[in-house]
Amino acid sequence: MSFTIFEKSSKGRSGINIPKSSVSKIKRLDTNLLRDNKANLPEVSEFDVVRHYTKLSNKNFSIDANFYPLGSCTMKYNPKIQERVAGLDGFSNLHPNHITNNQTHLIQGALSSLKTLENTLCEITGMNAFTLTPQAGAHGEMVGIMMIGAYHKKKGNKKRYVIVPDSSHGTNPATASMVGYDVITVKSGLNGDMDLDAFKNAMSDEVAAVMMTVPNTLGLFNPEIKQICDIAHSYDALMYYDGANMNAILGVLRPGDIGFDVIHLNLHKTFATPHGGGGPGAGPVGVGKKLKEYLPDLRVDFNEKRGYFFKEVNQNSIGKISPFFGNYIVLIKSLVYMQTLGREGMINTSKKAVLNANYILAKLKTHLKAPFADTLCMHECVFSAEELTKKYGVRAMDIAKYLIDFGLHAPTVYFPLIIQEAIMIEPTETENIDTIDYFCKKMIDAVELAKLDSKAFKEFPKTLPISRPDETKAARNLNIRWKD
Amino acid sequence: MSKRYSNEHEWTVLDEQIATIGLSAYAVEKLGDITFVELPEIGTLVGKDESIAFIESVKAASDIYTPISGEVIEVNELLENKPELLNEDAEVNWIFKLKVSDGVEFETLMDEPGYKAYIETL
Amino acid sequence: MPYTPHTPQDVKKMLDVIGIKEECELFDGVPSELRVKSFNLDQGLSEFEVFDNFNKLSNKNDTSKVSFLGGGYYDHIIPSAVDALSMRSEFYTAYTPYQAEASQGTLQVLYEYQSMICELTGMEATNASMYDGGTAMAEAALMAIRIGRKRKKIIIDSGVNPIYIKITQTYLAFHDTEVIVLDAKSDKIDKQKLLDLIDESVACYIFQNPNFFGSIEDYSEIVDALHSVNALAIMSSYPIALGILKSAKEMNADIYCGDGQSLGNYLGFGGPSFGILACKEKYIRNLPGRIVGITDDSKGRRSFVLTLQAREQHIRRNKATSNICSNQNLMALRATIFMALLGKEGFSKLSNQNYNNANYLKNELEKLDNINIFNKNPIFNEFVIEIPISSSNFIDKMEKRNFFAGLKLDALYKNFNNRVLVSVTEKRTKAQMDKFLTCVKEIV
Repeated sequence: MSFTIFEKSSKGRSGINIPKSSVSKIKRLDTNLLRDNKANLPEVSEFDVVRHYTKLSNKNFSIDANFYPLGSCTMKYNPKIQERVAGLDGFSNLHPNHITNNQTHLIQGALSSLKTLENTLCEITGMNAFTLTPQAGAHGEMVGIMMIGAYHKKKGNKKRYVIVPDSSHGTNPATASMVGYDVITVKSGLNGDMDLDAFKNAMSDEVAAVMMTVPNTLGLFNPEIKQICDIAHSYDALMYYDGANMNAILGVLRPGDIGFDVIHLNLHKTFATPHGGGGPGAGPVGVGKKLKEYLPDLRVDFNEKRGYFFKEVNQNSIGKISPFFGNYIVLIKSLVYMQTLGREGMINTSKKAVLNANYILAKLKTHLKAPFADTLCMHECVFSAEELTKKYGVRAMDIAKYLIDFGLHAPTVYFPLIIQEAIMIEPTETENIDTIDYFCKKMIDAVELAKLDSKAFKEFPKTLPISRPDETKAARNLNIRWKD
Repeated sequence: MSKRYSNEHEWTVLDEQIATIGLSAYAVEKLGDITFVELPEIGTLVGKDESIAFIESVKAASDIYTPISGEVIEVNELLENKPELLNEDAEVNWIFKLKVSDGVEFETLMDEPGYKAYIETL
Repeated sequence: MPYTPHTPQDVKKMLDVIGIKEECELFDGVPSELRVKSFNLDQGLSEFEVFDNFNKLSNKNDTSKVSFLGGGYYDHIIPSAVDALSMRSEFYTAYTPYQAEASQGTLQVLYEYQSMICELTGMEATNASMYDGGTAMAEAALMAIRIGRKRKKIIIDSGVNPIYIKITQTYLAFHDTEVIVLDAKSDKIDKQKLLDLIDESVACYIFQNPNFFGSIEDYSEIVDALHSVNALAIMSSYPIALGILKSAKEMNADIYCGDGQSLGNYLGFGGPSFGILACKEKYIRNLPGRIVGITDDSKGRRSFVLTLQAREQHIRRNKATSNICSNQNLMALRATIFMALLGKEGFSKLSNQNYNNANYLKNELEKLDNINIFNKNPIFNEFVIEIPISSSNFIDKMEKRNFFAGLKLDALYKNFNNRVLVSVTEKRTKAQMDKFLTCVKEIV
């Protein structure tokens, strides 16, 4: 039984001494302003806390200990120097309200890092300017679509729709509707790319934007992408680039060069900042000339006389979307990574990411159906367990759970939605051939086991703190907080 | 009484002016274990194909559309605490009842063989 | 090459298996006319050079002065165990806990986090955290719009953090809503004005307690008026204040939002922090973001899982409650450890300490001839001083005397030229405050 910290509580225990106050007695507040009872937080010692959370940490997979072949998630190694830099006093203890006070002389180092990051991202992506304020990829998407909304509003365009391919990330349609647009989903053709004819049919003067992931979520590069950009622009619809798969194309292709108007990057994917078990990430948004005036508040500029300072907010800016510079410390970590890689390191990153993915595709395609095996893939490859499901009742999720028992995190399954029983694998460039060979061997073992003993799969995983949880019970009998 | 089906997988039984509406067994099977049903408010006036209720399973969520227009007069409150009733027998356990304003709409819905043929195409 | 382990032999072997000769063939699918037009980046550096660069940058930021600067971000104690535990790479290099069997650590922490936040706020449901206090407020307003269905009006109190107001306005600008922001004239609620505004068209009223000026008030009467027309009350607060002040439940608020930086997280030039969003249980299906629940595994063992996922973007796509698909997980973890270390007594004591320190300084400043206190209501750990010189001048002069003296309010409000928001946490000693007083006397 995994006890909660509340069950380990003992009245009168405490974990920390608070600095003593030496000020004279202050008059108590009126009772109508005070809470009746103290918040019922656990009463535990510091050692209790340390042991409890250390034990919990042992119940996690992590990139430091496990391979994560997670498609569309880019779980690469997080270099340790990032943490050391992030811990420097001048970053970790810097108060953001020096910004409000406009005391720029106190924050020159921070502003300089932001300007360098913006310039670096512009060069990597071919965009014109970046906002560094969005706190995650989805947040960046929202900012991007808001700017598109502001653009059309200013031009007096009557726009209602955002087009997404049916292979898109769920955040794309969710973002479009959060900004008040209706979503048109365009189906993919047999080659996995958005069907060009279907796209042309869906286009109209009422389309505000087209959201694309390049390479797409099947790990394929769409050679018609330029044509799609041109068609969209002919209707004054703007092109949105979802940067989730940027790891495939560093130094190969720049969204800005081929006509994208706005893009977001996931620094926690491509630029190696730790996922933190679900966050914090960072989702800077780059724009071309058309959208520059709509960038959200807080941008840095530099001149010799003033040093680093804040740009005046453009009157057409969409406003504020984060208190200051979003997850600033995450931005710093990504810049550390970029400076370590440099130009050649970055080009090499995508090469090796694509090499690793194609190696897996080549090794596994004779064992498991790969819907797009006749071409090379980019940084990730997709398989389908459909045949195993039909013949033996073994589903993609069963294979995922099998892998977990061997210390391999599950690949992305059931996404993209257009592939039945999809298994999407993105190895990233930081894994070596031995790990990848081991992973492939275990995948092949799973396929063989499916043929011999399909029932065995219901038992996996066997070696972890829990076996498969009852998700139905969790939803029907909601228990989301501890009650004494 | 004949049972009719909509494209959105709701079934309807019409008795005089009262339509009883539920979700087809096919749809419920696709959704999996139902964990929550949000029922419409009694007295709500709804038009054909309007989203009126909401159903949630572990892995999916779906709006329920009314196949015909009318006024909500009764809801199956049992579903609030026992959404699994839909998994047990979706074709019997109804979700809401309407006082129908336009009987012709019912006639435009699919009959059972028609619906069977329709789900074959999906 | 940094961070790629491939030897030339490895590459050769892999290319053979793939059936191509050169690495560059891997990109044959990208037409040459689409290739990069430029890629002018510097050469890569060694770890030692990079560290040196950033160390120099860090030294160009000033964190050396005794700080009375608050205004949404606060300089609180951070126990060593918070750093030690959150720096365990099993936590910080883990992925989102979608595979429950491989993420019981993160999931249980989040369950405990939710439990502690519910204890602190008195709310019945919360998620596993949002980006920050400002976006949490914007999402709270969007919740109220969804719950209120046809109601379009949102009233924001003058005491709400002006940066949060701006963020909320940005989010709402793309919805068919009317946002009314009350004018900041004093530190008190404009009760009559509010009661006049509250009617059936109102989706919600957002207030902050203590408000941005540090003042504490009882909003119960306003909340009752809202409920009488089925409008929602959204309360924002600084969680440390909840150690002693009326909880959101006791205020009978429907939704609570706030920023969690003060709970064991570094200032970090504004981020990462995390946002708190909590509500009454009946609104849980309108709550965005991840939620962790308890269930059994196939052997009947207690297990932690993400639940109610059908609300979220990866399932509901365009009908999701929000597009959010992350939480500020590591910051929520730090907050959980922070709250566990303080515990029931410690948290309340810490809160009290802030109250005592700030009120001591306020009382002493009030005694000075040239200083006025703007606050008419009692204050928690911040207050506004009115000074006879410009706030810029005051801040500069105090900086020369080794203090970050506070936040200039003229940057945020019209006609607030000579007002500075002073914040005092448990970290400030009596000696530091007395020195602060001496310096103020020299200046004004």
